[in-house]
This record gives sequence, C-alpha cells and structure tokens, in this order.
Amino acid sequence: MDINDLRSIVTVVSFAMFLGIVWWAYSRGSKQRFDEAANLPFAEDEGERVHAGPVRQEKRKTS
Amino acid sequence: MSETQSNYNYKVVRQFAVMTVIWGIVGMTVGVFIAAQLVWPDMTHGISFLSYGRLRPLHTNAVIFAFGGCALFATSYWCVQRTCHARLFSAPLAAFTFWGWQAVIVLAAVTLPLGMTQGKEYAELEWPIDILITLVWVSYAIVFFGTIAKRTVSHIYVANWFFGGFILAVALLHLVNSCAIPVSLVPFKSYSCFAGSQDAMIQWWYGHNAVGFFLTAGFLGMMYYFVPKQAGRPVYSYRLSVVHFWALIFTYMWAGPHHLHYTALPDWTQSVGMIFSLILLAPSWGGMINGIMTLQGAWHKLRDDPILKFLITSLSFYGMSTFEGPMMAIKTVNALSHYTDWTVGHVHSGALGWVAMVSIGSIYYLLPKLFGKQEMHSVKLITVHFWVATIGVVLYISSMWIAGVMQGLMWRAVNADGTLTYSFVEAVKGSYPFWTIRFVGGLLFLSGMFIMAYNMFKTMAGGNTADAPVLAAAGHHA
Repeated sequence: MDINDLRSIVTVVSFAMFLGIVWWAYSRGSKQRFDEAANLPFAEDEGERVHAGPVRQEKRKTS
Repeated sequence: MSETQSNYNYKVVRQFAVMTVIWGIVGMTVGVFIAAQLVWPDMTHGISFLSYGRLRPLHTNAVIFAFGGCALFATSYWCVQRTCHARLFSAPLAAFTFWGWQAVIVLAAVTLPLGMTQGKEYAELEWPIDILITLVWVSYAIVFFGTIAKRTVSHIYVANWFFGGFILAVALLHLVNSCAIPVSLVPFKSYSCFAGSQDAMIQWWYGHNAVGFFLTAGFLGMMYYFVPKQAGRPVYSYRLSVVHFWALIFTYMWAGPHHLHYTALPDWTQSVGMIFSLILLAPSWGGMINGIMTLQGAWHKLRDDPILKFLITSLSFYGMSTFEGPMMAIKTVNALSHYTDWTVGHVHSGALGWVAMVSIGSIYYLLPKLFGKQEMHSVKLITVHFWVATIGVVLYISSMWIAGVMQGLMWRAVNADGTLTYSFVEAVKGSYPFWTIRFVGGLLFLSGMFIMAYNMFKTMAGGNTADAPVLAAAGHHA
C-alpha cells in the first residue's frame, strides 16, 4: 500500500464523516439540544433585566 | 474596575472594539491613497516609502489584520463570554493579546513601507514579526478555548465553533506558510522554506484559507451571534448552521489552487481547486440563507434599525461574492478574469460589503453596551453611515467589474495574423475613468468610517465602563 492509497482512504473517510454529521444534525434526537443551544445568546436577557444592563431586546418567539 | 470572576471581562473587548474603528480608518486611508496613485501616478514624486508597491501590502495587512483582526478579537471575546456564561480565561493573557496585536500592527506599519517583506501575499511580514504573531495567536487560543473549557452551560454555541475553527486554522496556516530561514536581523530578511511551484501552492493554500478562515469563518461567528441578537430571535435553523460549519471546514482547504490556474501547477491540482471552489457555493449560500432567514417574521425591523441594515446587507454581499468566487474559479472564466481588476472588485465586494459591514454592524451593537449606554450617541448617523458605505461599495465594485472585463477582453484580443490587437498601455488608458470612480467609491466608504468614529467618541464620552456580572449558573432558566 503506498501513500496514495492512504490519501484516497482519508478522502473517502472524510466524506463519510461529513455525511454522518449531516445525518446526525438532521436526526430527531438532535432537535432538542439544538433548540437549547440556539437560545444560548438569549439566556442573558433574564439576567440583564435585574442588573439594568444594556438595552433589552424584544422578547424572542420560540416557534 | 472589578477583576473578580463574577464579572465579564469587558476591558479587552472595549479596547479591541475602539481600535477596530481606528485601524479601519488607517487601513482604508492607505487604500484610498493608493487608489489615488492610480489616478495621479506622480502624486508622491518618487518617494520610495510612499510608492504603490510598498503601500499596497500595508493597506491589505491593515484592513485584514488590524481592522478585521481587532473586530474578530472584540466580537469573539464578547461572544464566548456571553454564551459560555463565564468570565474570559486569564485577564493578563487577554491583555497580552491586545498589546501584542497592536505591536504587530505598528511593526507592520513601519517595516512594510521600508520595503522589508517576505513577498508572500497577506503574509508579507518578516520573521521577527511572524514570531510575535505566533505568540499572540497561541495566547488567543488559550484565552478562547480556556473560556470554553470553564463554561457553565453544556452547549458550545455555534458562533464559538466558527470562532474556534478560525483560530485553529489561522494558526496552522501561519505556521506553515511563514516557515522561513532568517538570514539577517537588521534589516529583517529571510528566505522561504519552500521553492518553485510548491512555494506557490503553499502560498495560495495559505492565501485562500486566509480568506476562508480569517475573513469568512471568523466573521460568520459574528453573524451567528449578532444577527440573532439584533433581530431578537434565534438563528433560523441551528441544524443548518452545524452542517454549514462542517461543510466549510471540509471544503475550504482544497480551493486554493484556483489562484494558480494556467501556471506551472499540475493541471489536476488546478482542476481539484476549481471543483472544490464550485462545491463551496453550497455551504456559503446555506449560511447566507440561514442568516437572512433569521429575520423571518421580523422583516419590519429592517426598516428602522440601521444596525440590522448593516448586518443583513453584509449577508447579501456575502451571497454575491460567494457566487462570484466559484464562477471566477472556473478555468475558462478565470482565463478572462485573472490578473484584471475584476479580481480586485470581487475581493472588495467581499471585504467591504461582507467583512467590513458585518464588523461595523457588530461594533455598533457592542459600543453602547461596553460604555454603559442605551444606544449609540446618534442612531441617525448610523443610518447615514450605512447609506454612504453602501453607495461607496456599489461604486467600487461596479467600476472594477467593468474595468476588469474590459482589460481581460483587450488583453486576449488578437488580429487575424495572430498579433495582439491592443498594447498593454491601451488597456491602462481605457481603465483610467473606472479607477477614478473606484477612488470616489473608496473615499465614500472611508468617510463612513469617520462618521462612525465621531459617533463612537460621542458615545464613549461620560460612559460607564463597569463590567456586567456573569450570569448565575445556567439551567435555572428552563
């Protein structure tokens, strides 16, 4: 096996990994954790209300 | 100012945010200056350190690494603290990244006009500065990933993935492409470790990924935080953002050879570069759509929020230039476009339209929060800035498109007997009016930065620079 076989294998494995990531991202199991993560930038809104910090953004809609 | 763990580190964000505007003015002034040199070639009377060849790398380095770099430091430090609910890791190291990066910029501003250069595009800085960049960058990585490690929430928000990818990739690119044998300290002088077409390939592997990771991934991190925040709603599709990230990571690294079409680079390498550049269209447009669609149901905000105008317009330019880029990477199109002003127009549609506008929008978002104000001193002036900048970009890129296509057509035109129809200087003469329009466009964009600086200093005056407290352990808000 020469170095070029290795290169081909790495390319194919990378592509398979990418397909795996797409499958994982769109699988039902990821939905809830992604929703939580997507709302991370807004968690601070609760804190800011108390500390009279920066301008509050309009309350988000989670639909 | 409190340095306790219970407050966010705003100081370093504040420093980088202010310097973003300052370096933006400096870098764009140099750009307007060299644009003027193309219109009035004798304006500097042959003074060597003011010559086009010395100042052009100063312009690119100043706008990419000084303006863009400071914007990335400011926004990534803000975003990683706010979404990890943790104070920035190591205040002294964060301070070192600020002062170290400013030192790199000042050294660049001194050495490049003196003619000390490695001659590699976007990697011109000589070896002692390269070592300083490495030290700053490693510290940046420690501060950034250290903050992620001490986060009090379980998820790592997608913007941080983009910022993290940008930091790692730029470290890799810088270390490989700047590999050189130093031969003298005064003046700085070194020779590259690589030679011939390998050197060219490594340079453009670096060059294109500098675009892909410094000027794209980092600024996409900005988009994924500041667009949702300013729109007041979560990103349109988080799954799409995950696929967007990994698709960029897997494809960008391969696109570099499109800078070397029809050169001594092996044909198959050129074709691989072309194919991967075409594939890149998909993730780029996926990301753009994801950003713009975040406004779904809140389009009305675009009407009277100039910060959102900046952010969404930047995404439109991102879409335009990431469509144009793959098209220009097609070998037959490249045969026409390469070495012409079309390339210059393409770069500025990305650099001014996308990178600068998303940075400007994000910095406008940050400034009032960093100085304890409700909003910028004048929201109206942000709107003025937006329109001045937009007209500037449009003038710039449309004049360069016309000039570029014209140059390409004139250079390739041949008579029936096989001789060239036009001499080179005829193409220069034809380009002249468009270079004047480009100068005006650049001047408009620069004027916008002065408006921003005025607004910034007015906002800073009498500002309160207290740090906001870190959010209590996450999870209490369901």
